[in-house]
Amino acid sequence: MSNKFKTFTNGLLKENPLLILNIGLCSSLGITTNMFNGLGMGLGMMFVLIMSELFISLLRKQIPDSIRLPVFIIIIAAFTTIVQLVLQAYVPSLYDALGVFLPLIVVNCIIMGRVEAYASHNGVGDSVLDAIGMGLGYTWVLLVISFIREFFGGGTLLAGTAYKIEIIPEAYRIGILNSAPGGFLVFGCLMAATGSIRRAKEAKAQARAKEAKEMEAAK
Amino acid sequence: MELLKLFIKSMLVDNVVLVQYLAICPFIGMTSETGKATGMGIATTFVIILAAAVTWPLYTYVMVPLHLEFLQTLIFILVIAALVQLVEFYLKKCVPGLYSAMGIYLTLITTNCAVLGVTINCISKNYNYGQSLVYAAGTALGFAMSLVIMSGVRKRVAVAPIPKAFKGTPILFITASLLSLAFIGFKGLIK
Repeated sequence: MSNKFKTFTNGLLKENPLLILNIGLCSSLGITTNMFNGLGMGLGMMFVLIMSELFISLLRKQIPDSIRLPVFIIIIAAFTTIVQLVLQAYVPSLYDALGVFLPLIVVNCIIMGRVEAYASHNGVGDSVLDAIGMGLGYTWVLLVISFIREFFGGGTLLAGTAYKIEIIPEAYRIGILNSAPGGFLVFGCLMAATGSIRRAKEAKAQARAKEAKEMEAAK
Repeated sequence: MELLKLFIKSMLVDNVVLVQYLAICPFIGMTSETGKATGMGIATTFVIILAAAVTWPLYTYVMVPLHLEFLQTLIFILVIAALVQLVEFYLKKCVPGLYSAMGIYLTLITTNCAVLGVTINCISKNYNYGQSLVYAAGTALGFAMSLVIMSGVRKRVAVAPIPKAFKGTPILFITASLLSLAFIGFKGLIK
């Protein structure tokens, strides 16, 4: 139980694909100008990730080792195309907003990385859990970035949907956050923040371990 | 004149890394030394132009008549992967000197989003063949240029007093942000 739980939570923080592993960055900066796009991209990515890990884990004993990468690419491309077609048919506004980043899910290093490193060696259940964890880890970071960029940069919430609310008047918006440099800036700060939190936690754990050792020695 | 405009636009105004957010992985990962960055830049330039030169006729003369447009993503990525392999074989056999210098970068280029991004953009922006090639060349040179600039800046960043929290990768994103701000200045070049 705890092992399965660990597989699942691994992607959320400890091995977060964006903040810790630094892979799959392009889409996370390119489309996060509002939360609707961020959520759409996150869900699309999660679907492709789950389905690819599921199928590759099922086929892992059939795929010959020497041609595994082309096979992985074809499977990932197939699911990406499905996402593209579904969005084009049912959510055309999101399809237009995501633009070229939607087909680029194929070359997203997160999927290739997890498929190669995890799904091709592990069982179906674990692979799906890993995919859900990684997908959620990707989505929450996307949502945080897009919230900061939309709220402070555009002054709105829920833009792109029917429930758009304007909060900050136009004169007080930080427009730079919504344009190209803002993406890098917000992501850099977010990375610095999570890095410091992690370091502080590690230092605390170390101090605690040291204390426990000293207590034992005193006994 | 129109083509020159397109070239400058794709190279500077819409710089592929700093403005369009494509190919950030090599931008962060491969710029620790200027030599490495130049190698990666040249290899990628070559592949981007080659990929655009192959995928445009394939799409226009094969996929459109056969109504296979919906397979665009799948076919393009396979073509790019095959092209990179071919280039690798050719260099290994015929120009071993160049292969030993460029070989390690070539395998990484298949999953470079700039390559697939350029080929898809050429189609979705309705460029003709000449425009596609110019757009690909401009984008590719813009990519190489931003890599070389970043590697130069990183040398200075390495010796600068940086706040502890930003040490390592976070400062690279702040640097990229400032570079991107500089590139916004090119916006006035083209009306």
